[in-house]
Order: sequence, then structure tokens, then C-alpha cells
Amino acid sequence: MRLIQETDFGTPASRSEKTVMLTIDGFEVTVPEGTSVMRASQEVGISVPKLCATDMVDAFGSCRLCVVEIEGRNGTPSSCTTPVADGMVVHTQTGKLKDIRRGVMELYISDHPLDCLTCAANGDCELQDMAGAVGLRDVRYGYEGDNHVVARNSDQPNMRWMPKDESNPYFTYDPSKCIVCSRCVRACEEVQGTFALTIEGRGFDSRVSPGMHEDFLSSECVSCGACVQACPTATLTEKSVIEIGQPEHSVVTTCAYCGVGCSFKAEMRGEELVRMVPYKDGKANRGHSCVKGRFAYGYANHQDRILNPMIRDTIDEPWREVSWDEALSFTTNKLKKLQKDHGKNSIGVITSSRCTNEETYLVQKLTRAVFGNNNTDTCARVCHSPTGYGLGQAFGTSAGTQDFDSVEHTDVVIVIGANPTDGHPVFGSRLKKRLREGAQLIVIDPRRIDLVRSPHIKAAHHLPLRPGTNVAVLTALAHVIVTEGLMDEAFIRERCDWDEFQDYAEFAADERHSPEATEQLTGVPAEELRKAARLFAKGGNGAIYYGLGITEHSQGSTAVMALANLAMMTGNIGRKGVGVNPLRGQNNVQGSCDMGSFPHELPGYRHVKLPEVRAIFESLWGVEIDSEPGLRIPNMLDAAVDGTFKGIYIQGEDILQSDPDTHHVAAGLAAMECVVVHDLFLNETANYAHVFLPGSTFLEKDGTFTNAERRINRVRKVMSPKNGYADWEITQLLANAMGGNWSYSHPSEIMAEIAATTPSFANVTYDLLEEKGSIQWPCNEAHPDGSPIMHVDGFVRGKGKFIVTEYVATDERTGPRFPLLLTTGRILSQYNVGAQTRRTANVAWHEEDRLEIHPHDAEQRGIRDGDFVRLASRAGETSLRALITDRVAPGVVYTTFHHPGTQANVITTDYSDWATNCPEYKVTAVQVTPSNGPTEWQVEYDAQAKQSRRIVHAEPAE
Amino acid sequence: MGLDLSSDFDGNRIQAIVDEHINLEGPLLPILHAVQEDLGCIPQEALPVIANKLNLSRAEVHGVMSFYHDFREQPAGRHVVKICRAEACQSMGSDAIAEHAKSRFKIGFGDTAPDGSVTLEAVYCLGLCACAPAAMVDGKVIGRVDEARIDAISSEVRS
Repeated sequence: MRLIQETDFGTPASRSEKTVMLTIDGFEVTVPEGTSVMRASQEVGISVPKLCATDMVDAFGSCRLCVVEIEGRNGTPSSCTTPVADGMVVHTQTGKLKDIRRGVMELYISDHPLDCLTCAANGDCELQDMAGAVGLRDVRYGYEGDNHVVARNSDQPNMRWMPKDESNPYFTYDPSKCIVCSRCVRACEEVQGTFALTIEGRGFDSRVSPGMHEDFLSSECVSCGACVQACPTATLTEKSVIEIGQPEHSVVTTCAYCGVGCSFKAEMRGEELVRMVPYKDGKANRGHSCVKGRFAYGYANHQDRILNPMIRDTIDEPWREVSWDEALSFTTNKLKKLQKDHGKNSIGVITSSRCTNEETYLVQKLTRAVFGNNNTDTCARVCHSPTGYGLGQAFGTSAGTQDFDSVEHTDVVIVIGANPTDGHPVFGSRLKKRLREGAQLIVIDPRRIDLVRSPHIKAAHHLPLRPGTNVAVLTALAHVIVTEGLMDEAFIRERCDWDEFQDYAEFAADERHSPEATEQLTGVPAEELRKAARLFAKGGNGAIYYGLGITEHSQGSTAVMALANLAMMTGNIGRKGVGVNPLRGQNNVQGSCDMGSFPHELPGYRHVKLPEVRAIFESLWGVEIDSEPGLRIPNMLDAAVDGTFKGIYIQGEDILQSDPDTHHVAAGLAAMECVVVHDLFLNETANYAHVFLPGSTFLEKDGTFTNAERRINRVRKVMSPKNGYADWEITQLLANAMGGNWSYSHPSEIMAEIAATTPSFANVTYDLLEEKGSIQWPCNEAHPDGSPIMHVDGFVRGKGKFIVTEYVATDERTGPRFPLLLTTGRILSQYNVGAQTRRTANVAWHEEDRLEIHPHDAEQRGIRDGDFVRLASRAGETSLRALITDRVAPGVVYTTFHHPGTQANVITTDYSDWATNCPEYKVTAVQVTPSNGPTEWQVEYDAQAKQSRRIVHAEPAE
Repeated sequence: MGLDLSSDFDGNRIQAIVDEHINLEGPLLPILHAVQEDLGCIPQEALPVIANKLNLSRAEVHGVMSFYHDFREQPAGRHVVKICRAEACQSMGSDAIAEHAKSRFKIGFGDTAPDGSVTLEAVYCLGLCACAPAAMVDGKVIGRVDEARIDAISSEVRS
């Protein structure tokens, strides 16, 4: 193994299809038109010295090190800013150039510390490399004069010197080492799109400044780390590198946070992770990352992590640490007895969207092949199950239609019920880049999310709808398109069922769906909605990106269908820059759905009722598969309360914190006799568990994740599992203890089984993943290289299906007792229930959940910013601190759900999507009143949690 | 964001100035000029207001403002004396003139006298090289400056 060094071509690739031929140092080079001379040189392996150029950002031409001579041209142009031309003859090394470069380097080094041997960048410093490359041997200017390097100049304080800024938890800014190349500033602007950095002053006074000469933490910086990655010196350096030193090998793997699925190089020293660096060949992220993926991996070593199996007979006992054998036999005895006493359907599993495809496949196989029932469900139930159903109905397959690169070709974007800059930050940055290039944006969201207006980004239209009225708004958009004749008739006639469209058009054209008629209901100004509809229909390539603000409603599936209708009627399916794109919440929520986690579907979305599908698995597994669908999570909990469902194996999901109506979840879990939690931490669900099996992190195992663009990415083991086993091995141990007789020795064998049984994965192998880096399913005979874009020549189901989307108001309504609507979301620095990110330094940005409330509503209730408030719904009550902001409309309140102390899901109700049971998290009628502190439930809960988490450690073996 | 929006800072005034210029192409520099004209300086609290109105980041506005030495965070003295220190003037003895001015005004470059009477600044070329050494007093250029001229300016600004 070695340290992967990606070639830095100096300037971004040109997209031109026209090529140009030139000669560089005697070598003939053919490159796309618009390529820089620097990049063209690097293409043939000639590295022109450079400092301010890097291929993540546009050329800048400030360091004057990359100068070249071009025959027939005057002077020495910088190769980074000079585009190639046909027949150009370039010399990158001449006597004149050598002199210039040495002179430039001499000036740089005259204002740079000479502490190379003790510098954190030693071995990874471009300034050092360039000093070597140009043959710098002497600095004639001395170090006595004005400089930024030393704190004191001959006993006088040096006013130019600035101390190190260590405010950011993950990296330091040492101004004394800065060469003012602007790479960090440009990375922040061009790659991340935050514009948090600038160069202040001019000339010798120029400095990198976060915000207005602030420290990094209090500036606008979102800590994505693009600046650190771009910095050629030790000016911006990961604290982990300062502490550990330079890595010696690296392994490409996939981030385990959100559904973007960024590729990273895990740079290692032995088994110690030094840093995560986004991989430029990663096709989802193209070399970018967010604060979570790059920095927030410290939970893997957190003191709360459980490394030994634990058992207990009842949940009021403390945990007992035991051996794996004892834990497995304890579990097996309990589960077998439950099945004997209460029938084979009395137990089940929950698969994890955080674990790999292979692990998920094994967990559903465990229940289907070993337990003998279909009681499997997954957290996609509570997030994107309506996507599966809605897109499956409309297009014939449940997945997003595009790859993320597609956003580079889009002209009009609808973002609805998603907050990409917080929830899917790397996609958010890629979208913002396209918006800065001129694409138009329509945001449909009750809240003024950052995309509505933030530096250099402004939505053309923001439709601030009342929570729960998605379907009414989407149908009103369709109404405008249909009645104003803005649809793409040719597309509809060719690709869709024309009669169904006629029916739908008639429905949508009804006056009761007009923006004017629905304005009262939705709160969206009719004229604004009309303009948005016209823009989307006629603005060029139109793409729709949506999140849980669409799906987590009682009409989630209907809203997904409404989005499909919009895309089809405007002809925005089947090519680059268009499509319907669900932004998946978790790293492998796509994969966990693909792998047959749902109780009615075998892997590949095939119904368990179909005998020919069951036969495939039955012959391979040598068992008979139950033809009846099993229980969904809410049904499992109901059955538990009724006394018919007794035991559950939960891998990597915290249903107590993440599922709606916490009281009901708690009651269901408490009623079970064997709850097996397989996780990294004693999560909230574990408070009700009898067996705890310690899990492994994504750094400790091999496998694959499938991201929101159907991309199967490899997860590679970079260190041994601290708990002893990878998660797939633990599931196998449990299955074999139950009599499963499995013998997988590597996840690649599990993938081979998936490929052999699931048509959309037919050609997927680890060898192919190794060769191609990643593959987007379907990958089979018809699409041997995978499918970046779906429905290219026709819909998977044949003709696209228009489905009538009648708006039905949710039963959850405001009234005198609960006059406000609560909606929920995520924040950049924290991830979902926070089990991981709360155990990292990311808490510097978000220590607690706050309730966002409009100043008007706050004033009426006598609430000041930062006050503790009681938040009550029909389901329950909790308390948290208020944040007064006009980001939310009057009548709407908003909170995140990252902290277990907040217990936001005590408030949410058990209403759910009509088709898929996806809970209605996004609408709850609530009342907010001033409060003194935690509610009785929070106090009791906290006490119970403390009680439940006691551990009796095993005696060390003799 | 750790900024103390002190009570005498008039955010509405800044907003009004921004509104007057917001439709210009490249409105930031005209806005900064107008704010300085109006308030005598550009207080740091004004930058987030301007940034927000123009949909820029605070960093960007700070970057632009700090690039131009003429934009000041603190109000200047009642009079502003600038002495040219560019090549032509240096060759004609402006270094000595500068030293004389510093000792006469009892302040250094970039400083304002404690009584608020005068601010002394260095400037790099007033375009008056033919009459070097040159200076500028309250916006008016003066050629062939010598120590006597500095003394005269000094008594004028102190009066």
C-alpha cells in the first residue's frame, strides 16, 4: 500500500470537444480547446513549477512561478492563464525562465519561516517542493527587514505578525506561513460557494482574512475544509496532521454520512487515521467534502463506544459484559424460545441504512431464510418509502433518475422539501456553482433556507407554502402548465400514455386547482406560483431535487407522483440536466431499499408474493420463503403492544429517537422480550434492549454503499474492527447460531450472491468496482457499464404514467389549542439523531436543538430569544430553547432533532403516508409557551436512560 | 457573529445609502464612498449591512474596503494632509519633508492628532511628479512642498 498521490493538473479540465495540437518541450500534445498550457504540459507529464494554481479552482496567475516562453510571443506569460492554441510551441525550461523562477522563489522564501524540519507540512509542502524544483540555494535579502514571520523584530513587537488562529476544532490558520496565493479564498468561493474568506489589505499587507478579520469559528466559514486541502503550505493544516504527522499510505473509501456518498482517501499511519481527503476521482463529490465527511470521524474512538457484547435479562438491570459466544447463545435461546412459544412470526429484524449493502442483504436474509418470516423493515420506512412507491408507479423504478454531474447541465432547478446546503452539503455546493453560472432556482419550502438567498445565490422564486400543502402547490403548478399550454406535447405523446395524460390534464385544469383558488390554503401568492410554473416549463433543462419535506407527509407518495407528473409534462426526463432526484438522507438508504429490506419485497423490489422470484432465492438458500409480506416497523410496534411480536434484531438504527411518537415506540420496545441492538453506542433504543452487539464503523469493514444517484461505491477497511468483527460477520455469527449455516468469508461473496439473484445488479462485481471506481445500477447485460441517467430511450415501465394527485388535507390540523405548525429538519454540522456527530468536535457549531419561531409569534407569547419554551402537541410535550428568526413564516415553527434530550419525536404524531406508512414528521400542530426547563417526560426519560446504561464490566481473564 | 452593534450605529442610514446606489452596475465602491462621505468613515458595523443588501459575504466587503487605503474605519481629523512618498517625490527629498511633517504634527503616518485637528497620511503618487515633492491638503494638491510650506500648513490646520 502506498500514499495515493493524485496528479494536480493546475487548472480545471476543458469541456470542449474540439481539440488543439501544440508542442511542449519538443513533445506533441493534443488537448481540448480551452485547456491551459499548464494543464496540457501536465497531460504529457511535464510539471511546470506552480504555487497559486491547482485544478480544483480556476487559474489566477498570481505566483509568477509557472511562466513559460512561447515561440513568436513576447515576454513570459503564465502557463496557467494562457490557453493552448494550434501549432503553439512552448518551452517550459529555459535559462531565462530559470532565473525568473529562482528570483520569485527567493522573494517568497525571504518572508517565510525556515522551520521546515519541525513544520507540520514537512513532506507535504508545495513551497518546499518548488524551492527544490527551481534550485533555490540562497536568499540574498536576509530576514532582518519587514516580515510576517517573527513575533518580535529586534525586541520590538512585529506589527505585521499575527498569532495562529486555533478557533476551528479541526484545523489551524498560521498567518506567518501564508504566501497569499489565494488558493484558500478561491476554493471557498468556487468549490464550496461560501465566500467566507478574502484577501484583506494590499501589497505587502495582504493577508487571508476569514470574514471581517475574524477568527475562523466566528466567521462565515462552514468548515468544509476545501481551503485546507487547497493550501500549498502549512498555513491551513488539519490539527490531526499537526498531532500525528504525515500519513504513509491511503485507501479510497466512501463517507458514511449522507446520501451524497462522497469518495475519500483515508490517509493512514499504520492503523491510525491521519486525515480524510476528498478523492478527486470520486464521481459524486469530485474532490469536495463537508465538515462531517472530512472531519467528523472522531466518534470511532469516542469513549462512549461499546466494544464488548453485553446482555441482561430485564431492562432495569445493568448491562453485563460477556463473550461473543455467551451473547450469541443467550440471544439464540431467547429468540428460539419466542418462536416456539409465540410462532415463527413473533420475531423480526430492522436493517440499517447506515450499514453496507452486503450487511443489509444478510440481515433481511436472516429473517427470511433463518427466522422463516418476512418481518424486515428499515429506516427508509420513515424517510423515502414514498419515493420508492411514487416513482415506481410513475416511471417503473423507484430510484432517482440522474447522476450528480447532471446538475452541471441544468437550467432551472426546483428544490422542494430539501435543504441541500445543510443536509447534502456537497451537492449543495455543486448546485450553487451551477446557480452562479446562471441557472435559475425555484425553492418551495416553508422556511427561508440558505438557497433562497445567500452570498451570490438568489432564488428566482421562493414559494413559502404552509406545511402539509405540497400536493396542492404541485398540482397548482401543473394547473398553470396545462392551462397555459406550456407542456411538452411531443414528449408526452412519445413517452407517456396520452390518455392518462388527458385525464390528468383535465383534473389539473379544474379551476379549484388554480393558484388563485389554492392561495388561501397554501399561503403561496398566486402570481409568484404562476411565474415559477412558467419558468420551470420554459426555462430550458428543468431538474427537480427533493427531500423529506416531500415524503414525510400523509400525502408523501402523492407528492412524489406530482413531481413525476411535472417532470413528464415538461419533458424533463431522460437526458443530462433534468430529472426527478430524491436527495437521500443516509449513506445507504438507496442500497438498503435495493437489498430487500421491506417486508413485501425481495432484493430488487420484487414482491414476495411472486413465486418465480421466491424460487430464485429458495433454490439458492435451500429454504422455503414465506409468501406473505411481513410487518412494517409501526406494525411491529403495534403487535408488540398487543403481545404477538416479541423479539427484534435491530442493526444500526435508533428507532426510539428517530421514529415518530416516542411514547408508542417506547411502549412497543418495552413489551418485547428480546430486543437485540447492534450498534456503535448505547443509543436510545438500547435503553430497552436485552442484548447489545457492538458494531464496527465504516472504517473497519469492506462493503459497498449505494448513494442517491444509484452509485455503488466501495467501502474499504482501513483498520481492524475495534469490536473484533465487521458487522456482516456478526450477523453471520447470529445466523449460524440460529442454525443458518452460512459461510461467507468476504463481502465480495455476498455481492456475488446479490448479483446472481438481482437483475439490476447482475454484472456488479468487486473486480468491476475496482476497475471503474463506482457503478450506477442498473448494471447488467443491457447496461454493462451501469446507468448514469435512467429512462433515456423510454421509461422502465414502458410508458410514463400520469397519476391524478387529489389534495387531501392531513388530519393533523391547527386549532385553538395547537395553533402553530411544527416542521423539522437538519443542520450542517450534525447528522440525524446525532449518535455520531454529537460525539465529535462538531458540537462547537450546534450544542443543542433550538426552536425557530417568528418574531410575531414569539412576541404574542412573551418569548425572548434563548428562552426555554414548552412545545406541546396532541402526542406529547417537550422543552427546548427558542431562536427568534424570520426564516420561518408566522404560524410555523421549526426545529432540528439531533439531540436525544430534545426528544422532538415525543411531539410528532403517528399520522403517516397513506401508501407506505412513512410518518408525517413534517407537520405537527403545536402550541409554544414559556417554560422553566425540561418537561416531566424529559426528566423521567433522562433518569431511565441513565439507569439503563449502567454496565458491569467483565473480570479480565486470568 | 460576535459583533457589537453599538447603540449609536445607524443601520437604517446605511440601508438608505445602499438603496440609493443598489441599481448601479458594481454598486459596492459607490456605496462605500457614499457611506464615508456621509459618516466620515465606514464603521465596521456597516459592512454586514452592506453585505446583506448586496448579497455578498462579509468577507468580500471587508476585502474590498481594506484594499483601498482611502476607506477609513475611524473618522479622520478635521484636516487630512497627505504627503507623496512615491519615487519622483522621494528623489526630490520627500523623505525629509515627511520627517519634518511628522515632528511638526507630532504624529506618524496613519495617525490623527489627539485634538482631532489633523490626520497625516502617506500617498503613493499624486500625479504631480513635475512639481515634486507633492502633498495634498483636504483634497487640494500642492506642489514643490518644503519645510516652510509644512510649517504654514501646520499652523493653518491647528488654528
